[in-house]
Amino acid sequence: MMTSETLLEVQNLNIFFKSDKNPEPIHAVRDLSFSLKQGEMLGVVGESGSGKSITNLALMGILGDNSIVKADKLHFNNRDLLTLKEQEWQKVRGGEISMIFQDPMTALNPFLTVEFQIVETILAHKKISKKEARELAIDLLAQVGITSPTERLKAYPFELSGGMAQRVMIAMAISTGPKLLIADEPTTALDVTIQKQILTLIKSLQEKNNMSVILVTHDLGVVSEFSERVQVMYAGELVETAMTKNLIKHPFHPYSYGLLSSRPGAVVRPAKSVLPSIPGIVPAFHQRPSGCQFHPRCPHVQNDCIPSPIALEKGIRCLHPMKEEVV
Amino acid sequence: MSELLRVSGLDKVYDIKKMFKPTMKLKALSNVNFHLNSRETLGIVGESGCGKSTLAKVLTKLEQKTSGSIELLGKNFDTFNPKEFHSAIQMVFQDPYQSLNPRKKAFDIISDPLTINTPEKSAAEVREQVFAMMKKVGLREEFAKRYPHHFSGGQRQRLGIARSLMLHPQILILDEPVSALDVSIQAQVLNLLLELQKEFNLAYLFISHDLSVIQHMSDRILVMYLGRVVEYGSRDEIFNNPLHPYTQILLESAPKTNREKKEADHILNGELPSALNLPRGCAFEPRCPYATLGCKEVVPDLIQKQGRWVACHEAPSIARN
Repeated sequence: MMTSETLLEVQNLNIFFKSDKNPEPIHAVRDLSFSLKQGEMLGVVGESGSGKSITNLALMGILGDNSIVKADKLHFNNRDLLTLKEQEWQKVRGGEISMIFQDPMTALNPFLTVEFQIVETILAHKKISKKEARELAIDLLAQVGITSPTERLKAYPFELSGGMAQRVMIAMAISTGPKLLIADEPTTALDVTIQKQILTLIKSLQEKNNMSVILVTHDLGVVSEFSERVQVMYAGELVETAMTKNLIKHPFHPYSYGLLSSRPGAVVRPAKSVLPSIPGIVPAFHQRPSGCQFHPRCPHVQNDCIPSPIALEKGIRCLHPMKEEVV
Repeated sequence: MSELLRVSGLDKVYDIKKMFKPTMKLKALSNVNFHLNSRETLGIVGESGCGKSTLAKVLTKLEQKTSGSIELLGKNFDTFNPKEFHSAIQMVFQDPYQSLNPRKKAFDIISDPLTINTPEKSAAEVREQVFAMMKKVGLREEFAKRYPHHFSGGQRQRLGIARSLMLHPQILILDEPVSALDVSIQAQVLNLLLELQKEFNLAYLFISHDLSVIQHMSDRILVMYLGRVVEYGSRDEIFNNPLHPYTQILLESAPKTNREKKEADHILNGELPSALNLPRGCAFEPRCPYATLGCKEVVPDLIQKQGRWVACHEAPSIARN
């Protein structure tokens, strides 16, 4: 950590989707505020429908036409992302903010070679010759741990294994020297031994390039081993944010608590014993409850949780935070 | 505890045919041996491409074995007629989105095994049994009229489980039953599986790549690597004192929230070699930190050591504490 400058600042981000079926736009992300320092890694944990991916797409400016993005502040590297024109976006997107996706096999174009795809990215953002770009591509492939990079350049995505393809994605993402890398479930499709290789690689690139990383995952184990800070999202809201080691030890929000304790192997427990579980499912976007989004599933719900939205206070969006540690 | 299933020397070889090229042999399973007792859970763990799912397919006759013998309920596996077979062994699939027919209602999905295998049953009987089973797996009666797309992932997996239990099998093969589900839903389904196991006296063959799930659910564990069994024994033996270097590294690689100290991490280099071009000796040798020259040449046998079976030449010298 060379500097502690704030790179990304998000205040009260709200994302809506217009829909033909509903007269009211669907409120997908609600009052999300967070900031990220240069060189820092932030873990984002949440289930499907929690709004974590939509937030990332908004940061990349690639949400569809039916979306409405509102925020009090959406500053990246001292620039206001909300007022960027499409031309300016094209410099930011892929240049200063890069993204890698869950499934590397579908993120790469199956018809084009690795060389074409990496060189294309480099040439879009850097004024160098094709030959230099090719050399840079070889250098990048070597950096991400691909053996015999020169030969691999000629490969098509189907000739690569999942781990290899993800390395290519990472090489492409860092080719422009981004300040922020968004990794959206980068290892969910990979095996555990490969997962460890990829996460270690991302971590080392973060430190080497002083790059900020947003690591989205549903696996609390991944977050606790790789990122210092974590935020937990539920149904479009940030419900808890803390230093990872504190959250793992003592989650205050009942949802974080439930997520942690329902993990088999979270604590030593006799095999085949009943796991503590969170009843019910994440509510759909168009059926969001009033008040605390978690109240229909919360074991500690009280009357005051239901009528009105809960504010995020000291990093916790809960009126009755948990007192005990995870057991 | 009686033995329900015994697999000995099971091989599965696929022929890979390419135009103008000689046919290649892909050894998906080679010399797999294990047994399954009643009411127990045997966890099968390994990375993609290690043969877990091929094993499940062979055991449910979705694929034919190449050689080896399988004994089911004391009889030769090949002599079962379909009806007997389906009442003995059933399967729950990984992806609840793809394993349910989208054009059938929940009721038809669950009742099909009965209407196909026991046509003599009256409609009223079938109805009664379907609703009883839906209740057992935690689905409300009014859900019977809905189509799969009306259900959430967890509910779909409950549907798949209900379907698999309609013929009251003794063995249930669970191929990654929770890996497509969200974390908060996983625990619900795992609890349901534990409950059903007790109630119906089921034996589970639980396939998963998630070690914490395997540890929680299994009595015994089979670790596979490239179609071979590398370690096989009781849960506690394998988790507390893994002898095979692959098992050790697999256990270390799994992300944990409660890691006590940062161990001198072994990051496993390289990736799974292609099953078309297996190393001559131990399949794990190219990635193994303890490999010696002997490992390159000779495939290690599965031998009994410290209360479990392990296939490694170097196991005695690398056992941790």
